[in-house]
Amino acid sequence: MNFLQQALTYLGTSANWWGPSGIAARIGEHLQYTAAAVFFSALIAIPLGLYIGHTGRATWLVAAVNALRALPTLGILLLGVLLWGLGLVPPTIALMLLGIPPLLAGSYAGVANVDPVVVDAARAMGMTERQVLLRAEIPGALPLIVGGLRTATLQVVATATIAAYASLGGLGRYLIDGIKVRQFYLALVGALLVTALALLLDAALVLAARLSRPAGYDAPGSSPTVDG
Amino acid sequence: MRYLLTHLDTAWLLAQIHLRLSLVPLLIGLAIAVPLGGYVQRRPTLRRVTTVTASIMFTIPSLALFVVLPLIIPTRILDEANVMVALTLYTVALLVRAVPEALDAVPAETLDAATAIGYRRRARMVKVQLPLALPVLIASIRVVAVTNISMVAVGSVIGIGGLGTWFTEGYQADKSSQIIAGIIAIFVLAIAVDTAIMLGGRLATPWRRAT
Repeated sequence: MNFLQQALTYLGTSANWWGPSGIAARIGEHLQYTAAAVFFSALIAIPLGLYIGHTGRATWLVAAVNALRALPTLGILLLGVLLWGLGLVPPTIALMLLGIPPLLAGSYAGVANVDPVVVDAARAMGMTERQVLLRAEIPGALPLIVGGLRTATLQVVATATIAAYASLGGLGRYLIDGIKVRQFYLALVGALLVTALALLLDAALVLAARLSRPAGYDAPGSSPTVDG
Repeated sequence: MRYLLTHLDTAWLLAQIHLRLSLVPLLIGLAIAVPLGGYVQRRPTLRRVTTVTASIMFTIPSLALFVVLPLIIPTRILDEANVMVALTLYTVALLVRAVPEALDAVPAETLDAATAIGYRRRARMVKVQLPLALPVLIASIRVVAVTNISMVAVGSVIGIGGLGTWFTEGYQADKSSQIIAGIIAIFVLAIAVDTAIMLGGRLATPWRRAT
């Protein structure tokens, strides 16, 4: 069982880090898939969640979107590749299935849980609906929105490894190729890198969550799994 | 759809493997997390330690864990036991946080009342607090079940059995019908398990229907 040693030696050799298929390039690809999926998920889910939370309309949509999580990401990815060919579109769409539910749940619950007294006070001061949303509800909802972002990012970065199965890049290359050619230390290299990347991203978002908590607003919103 | 209907027997066989790989870890995880969560609930330091450990554990991607685990325990990557141990770890990681939260949700007055009518600590936990915590707990169990089912599906990339093998086979044979059949089968499986747990939870908490 010298896999660990072999893996660490591989990671410690600078020649493995650079070049078009080096570790650095793979991390770049992995981050690219993750960023694209999280960005487009947020673009859809956050406005939708804010709308549902603000108006109280169409709350069934939150439950319906939650059912998306039962769709297998891998199946959608491979089907996408067969239908539209290789490229960024299939992994982005497949990973969005993981990104949208927690972001939607977080922004919806964030707005819906803002103390009604605060919202009423904002209206009583003469704010328009837009101002109520922008100045009272969104600041109060921010911790839960960031919590949703954390869950979404974590799931997407972990699952982006499967892009490699569809002949794409990313850190999954090491995992999947390593197992295919029975070079388990390579698979271990991939496993270690993905885990490190996930931990780093999560730590960055925890920091963002701390900074996003409005002054004097002691909301209990630090839990990372808002959809749980 | 046609593929699924013409391969129902294979689908059922794969579904059984899929269910075994995802639900056995759920049961073992519950057996570990409920006593553990109950134990740490009233011990703040210990609870903090388990919560932090569990969140780090949960950050490790499942494919990575399948690969790393054989370095620590004597399993091989594709052993069923390896997959089950990995998913059990995730289950415990998620539930060990959820169990104390579910127990917290039981009102203190209810517990005081139970003490006043003569329940001792342990009996109060088993007969009063745990049943009242069930609704919150069931919600987490549903999340775990659906998560495990999708993790087993992703595992097919490295050769783990179950319905996910239809994805890898279909992709290699360029048969989108097989992939679609796999998507439908896993979706139905996940929804069925989720619904079953929800209904089980309702049956186990008959007093909630009265309110």
